[in-house]
Amino acid sequence: MCKGVAITGMGAISAIGNNVQENYDALVSGKIGISRISKVDTVHKNDIMVGEIEMTNDQLKQELGIAKETAVSRTALLAMLAADEALKQAGINDINDCETGLISGTTVGGMDQSEKYYFEYLESDEHWGHINGLHAGDSTQKLADHLGLTESFVSTISTACSSAANAIMLGARMIKSGQLDRVVVGGTDSLCKFTINGFKTLMILSDTYNTPFDDERKGLNLGEAAAYLVLESDEIVKRDNKKVLGYVTGYGNANDAFHQTASSENGDGAVLAMEKALKVSGLNPSDIDYVNAHGTATPNNDLSEGRALLRMFGDQVPEFSSTKAFTGHTLAVAGGIEAVYSVLALQNNVIYPNLNFKTPMKEFNLLPQTTVKQKELRHVLSNSFGFGGNCSTLIFSKEAQ
Amino acid sequence: MSELKQELKEKIIEQLNLEDVSVDEIANDDPLFGEGLGLDSIDALELIVMLDKDYGIRLADPKEGRKIFESIDTMAAYIAANRTN
Amino acid sequence: MSSPEYYIKSYCLIRDGKVSKNGEILFSDDSEEFPAFIKSAYKHFETDYSKFFKMDNLSKLAFMGAEVLLCENEEQNTALVLSNRASSLDTDRKHQAAISKESGAFASPAVFVYTLPNICMGEISIRHKLYSENSFFIFAEFNPYLLSDYANDLLISGKANEVLCGWVDYDKGKYDAFLYVIAKKGMLPHNTGELTKLYRTK
Repeated sequence: MCKGVAITGMGAISAIGNNVQENYDALVSGKIGISRISKVDTVHKNDIMVGEIEMTNDQLKQELGIAKETAVSRTALLAMLAADEALKQAGINDINDCETGLISGTTVGGMDQSEKYYFEYLESDEHWGHINGLHAGDSTQKLADHLGLTESFVSTISTACSSAANAIMLGARMIKSGQLDRVVVGGTDSLCKFTINGFKTLMILSDTYNTPFDDERKGLNLGEAAAYLVLESDEIVKRDNKKVLGYVTGYGNANDAFHQTASSENGDGAVLAMEKALKVSGLNPSDIDYVNAHGTATPNNDLSEGRALLRMFGDQVPEFSSTKAFTGHTLAVAGGIEAVYSVLALQNNVIYPNLNFKTPMKEFNLLPQTTVKQKELRHVLSNSFGFGGNCSTLIFSKEAQ
Repeated sequence: MSELKQELKEKIIEQLNLEDVSVDEIANDDPLFGEGLGLDSIDALELIVMLDKDYGIRLADPKEGRKIFESIDTMAAYIAANRTN
Repeated sequence: MSSPEYYIKSYCLIRDGKVSKNGEILFSDDSEEFPAFIKSAYKHFETDYSKFFKMDNLSKLAFMGAEVLLCENEEQNTALVLSNRASSLDTDRKHQAAISKESGAFASPAVFVYTLPNICMGEISIRHKLYSENSFFIFAEFNPYLLSDYANDLLISGKANEVLCGWVDYDKGKYDAFLYVIAKKGMLPHNTGELTKLYRTK
């Protein structure tokens, strides 16, 4: 019953790099991806900063060999690029050589294109393809088609900013229970007016660089990204003599039962999610060597999460940092891209800096790791909390537990 | 001023979907949040949008809303002093 | 995987102007529009929860279904696994329309917070004080296979003692909810055949 869930491939594209290596290089060299927005024509462009991916949709299509005029959302394009990289690293030539599934998280789906042609649909059929591409399942289906998954388990999870984390959790369970031999898990979201306007009206966007866990934090920067992991069963790892990058050893999800969008004062849901993940992994809090925090840099999240860390770890809080100062908050993808970062941390025995931190928060005495630190890492814990009170924690380890 | 207060009450009931609350039930000095009308943080953001949209007043920090939205009295006074349309 | 014995403890359908529990119609109303219908259902069940009126249509639908099933439920460790087809499109459209006005965009925070399908699970969690696992799936149609696998896994692994599962779909004025609770004891066997049959009940 105690099956391992091996990670054999990873792919990522974000504001700090078009592939996993570029992302890692940026993290350890302190290169941030936050800038003014250039690809979305929004009235808020002077009030916000974002984590925007450099490549245009045309460049993405060219890279993927997709004709320019094909109606594909940016969300789906990013997904394809990241998933291709993950499969390549996992050395998969025939994706259907064993029971393979795909679970992808997204919140905006094809909204980036639908909103662009909002006024034109009534007058012309030209952009109709983008209407069909609006719904959340479309980017997953297009990705499945792109990967050649025809008659497989394909599913979309939409639980806000914990979507990709929940996709990884479900994938790990399906491997453990033997329902799948291999599963591609992660998430994708692109920047669009829909989310920019929404977060703006919630008044949680910073007008400058986001500063996680800082007393003066003003809010988050929205970001876009796609990230996927290939999870495989012990049998497939053995059969194909795979190199294992790390293991998914713990996962937990709990509801904060507090508010539609805000986190509870003391991080009840966050504590429960971390407890559940530790229980699944069989680890103690003291076994965790590094916490990749959710750390969105909103006044509410960082206070609630900080308190949750203190409740969980007492006065032995391990080194922790939020990488959102680099990438912005990539919404559905946060748990996916940070899973990639967590595995890279394990592989390289490195802790990433929590950039832009100056002033400790008044409420407690918690200091994030602010410089790159070399440390032998065995277990990394990663948090992702979503609107709707959806709190998820994942634990990644060098060895199967 | 009393016209503005009446208008605010109507708008609050309408826009914040306050079921079974009528204009006469809201006293000018009733607290809007907490014990009083029981408004929450999303309602506060909704009121901030209302200030912008209907009275041309833009708040940069949601915390500023706390004092302004204490009661109908404080809200009306603030709007009267700062409105641009 | 060996198939443990789990049961459908109770189920609720909300569609065509009716709310039923375990096959018995508890409430019916001839209002043509969903908002009027769900409001009279709220009143009928003497629900005292003013936040209900701030919810979007999808949340109201899921909330009422959960209300019917969880009103006498003592089990605190009840996980939520819901699904639908339209995600939160009904509210997404409202938000999109608000930000696309040529006269000036004013997004409404109260609308935006509902532009995610899982918010309805947050509402249920807040109402019933459930700090349990939540997941929300988007399918083209009711998919009893994934829902039952997911629920069984939660129960087998001891992550939940009961699971509230189902389908809550709201789009363009059309609504369809089929919610059910899976537990160790109950009236009907928990399998995909039974779920499909119940879902298709008129």
